[in-house]
Amino acid sequence: MWSKCVRRFSTSPLTRVRHPKLRRSPHYATLTDRDISFFERLLPDGRAITNPDDCLPYNIDWIKTCQGQSQLVLKPKTVDEIQAILRYCHEHQLAVCPQGGNTGLAGGSVPVFDEIVLSLRSLNSIGAFDENSGVLIADAGCILQTLDVHVNQFGHTMPFDLGAKGSCLIGGNVATNAGGIRVVRYGSLRSAVLGLEIVLADGTLLDCLTSLRKDNTGVDLKQAFIGSEGILGLITRVALACPTAMSGVGLGLFSCSSFEKILSTMRLARKLCGETLSAIEFLDASTYNLSLKNLQQTNKPVEPNNFYILVETMSSTYEQAKATLDKLANTALEKEFITDGTLAQDLKQYKDLWAIRERVPEALVADGYVFKYDFSLPPARMYKLVEETQKRMKPFSNVRNVTGFGHLGDQNLHLNITVQNGYSDEIKHALEPWLYEWVAKERGSISAEHGLGLHKSKYLELNKGKQSLELMKQMKNIFDPKCILNPYKVLPYKID
Amino acid sequence: MAIRILVGVKRAIDYAVKVQVKTDKTGVVTEGVKHSMNPFDEIAVEEAIRLKEKKVAQEIIAVSCGPTQCQETLRTALALGADRAIHVEINGKDYETLQPLAISKLIAAVAKKESVDLVLLGKQAIDDDCNQTGQMVAGLLSWPQALFASKVDIKDKKAEVMREIDGGSETIRVKLPAVITTDLRLNQPRFANLPSIQKAKKKPMAKMSPSDLGVDIKPHQEYLSYEEPPKRQGGGRVSSVDELISKLKEKGLV
Repeated sequence: MWSKCVRRFSTSPLTRVRHPKLRRSPHYATLTDRDISFFERLLPDGRAITNPDDCLPYNIDWIKTCQGQSQLVLKPKTVDEIQAILRYCHEHQLAVCPQGGNTGLAGGSVPVFDEIVLSLRSLNSIGAFDENSGVLIADAGCILQTLDVHVNQFGHTMPFDLGAKGSCLIGGNVATNAGGIRVVRYGSLRSAVLGLEIVLADGTLLDCLTSLRKDNTGVDLKQAFIGSEGILGLITRVALACPTAMSGVGLGLFSCSSFEKILSTMRLARKLCGETLSAIEFLDASTYNLSLKNLQQTNKPVEPNNFYILVETMSSTYEQAKATLDKLANTALEKEFITDGTLAQDLKQYKDLWAIRERVPEALVADGYVFKYDFSLPPARMYKLVEETQKRMKPFSNVRNVTGFGHLGDQNLHLNITVQNGYSDEIKHALEPWLYEWVAKERGSISAEHGLGLHKSKYLELNKGKQSLELMKQMKNIFDPKCILNPYKVLPYKID
Repeated sequence: MAIRILVGVKRAIDYAVKVQVKTDKTGVVTEGVKHSMNPFDEIAVEEAIRLKEKKVAQEIIAVSCGPTQCQETLRTALALGADRAIHVEINGKDYETLQPLAISKLIAAVAKKESVDLVLLGKQAIDDDCNQTGQMVAGLLSWPQALFASKVDIKDKKAEVMREIDGGSETIRVKLPAVITTDLRLNQPRFANLPSIQKAKKKPMAKMSPSDLGVDIKPHQEYLSYEEPPKRQGGGRVSSVDELISKLKEKGLV
């Protein structure tokens, strides 16, 4: 029964079928019965999973773009167990795919071939929270939302927020240097990570878990691991600086006729909302309409137009958060930057308006197969890329929507193309490498926050250049000379 | 002839807020806590506006009883489409001890003063859950009442109302003037749009006091203490039917 349901949901063919040029490296051993017995003894109570149907959800990514064929999923509960697993895999040259909440969008969280899945889900105790420094210590397998609720009790909040908060794990968030909707206010996750505990590829423990705001002693090793997507080491514990929670919030959704007006509204928001500004997001008409359709929202929040901008304010009182937002709304209307808007009158409207933006990924998946791109671009050029992609996709009758939306305040565009009847090689080749070359020419980033994973690793040199790439490979060699951690991803390299 | 509607709106702690009881048990914490229009009142306002859009109503008056902050709630009602607002100002201790009977008397007085044809209220407020004001207003005015409305049709000075009741729903017809209270399924309130929010600032808001309306708001009940409900005890797991039976016997349940 369960297997039937899961098979129906797995609409992606195997990664090795979709990427025939990718070959499983002979460098890695194949799992033997002896290996399986070892793991079953190490992780009793069903935490070494070999049943193919039970392994399936760990083999497919959230947006159904890749499917691996791992035959073994491990769920360690302690750091000792993780060390023992990696020691064994290192000795026997078994490839490992570390996995958090499996909510990644670049195909980096699931096996490509038969790598062993090392799920951090069960390593989930919440450590101490220091009220004087606002520092939280937590295991890598804690769910972001659970941690947020935990620090809320002390009047603090997590230093980042994203739509996947109910499913993503903090270890994965740090391994991918997650972005999200509050970078405008809290900055990048890097600045909030004060310490990490890491298990290296050979099972040794690297203890960089200090909870100090300031510690200028030597080379800051932990920075290498943040955003390294599991290729340098496995993060097992994090120390995070959590800002104080603001009790007052305000949210406005505004509609504009052109992208230039969106940018004018954004600049005005920065000026008028000042220190209360906490999020700036934009959506184009197709994204907005798809999202409303998916939410089955019959009440239109604003008069339809070509673009929509969401501005959030936060302050220690509601009055303050409301005052700056009101000022923005009135001025923007007067200056005719916006044609309509609405301000959340209560917390339910606040949630409903945010849902229009936060649940866009679901709406896209419901619309068809999603080609997902995540770029950093100069704001003035951002929407040009969407328009050119729309032109380029015109000859394809199975393209449903070309949508542009994203973290306007961070110059981050999410460009998504939805296709009916599933994945298409033709469309893929029309989009890549054209899109990446376009972005590289603008000196933008080929992946602002989603990381490289499996899908984008081959374009890394386009973005960073030969010399940087060489140094990255050397670093990989220092930390994981046997190359067992998350192979085939992030760095475009051949395993000899 | 298009009717005139009086809509009551209450400023209550926002429905999404986790309410905390004060340590001295004299009430709940309201300082610095987000307050918004009572959700059932939002539904009442929405229904009034729809009646105006259908040209069944010609004027909507919003009324709220309480401190200055109520004016914000009234402005929201105006932004949604009410024509004018009446703020019955009550402050401090008087507001803390304000009870449904007093509020009903105030609303009834305003309804008479404004000669309205319909009083639309939320069925209950989410802070006290009293579910009394609509009923008492009707009683004081000797008007018919149609409560827990999930559908309202007004024609020829009569209102046909489908009501949510325990067994399902019933439809009754009442002659106007009448009191109708709204239930959840009546409609989905709209978002207030910016141009209306701005226009609302200029719509008339009258201020009056209980004595202006000749109402004595003296409370008849004294609240002795506020406490949180007992914390939910976790359940336990049993591994066999025998263990279940012995546990039940232990607790004296079988």
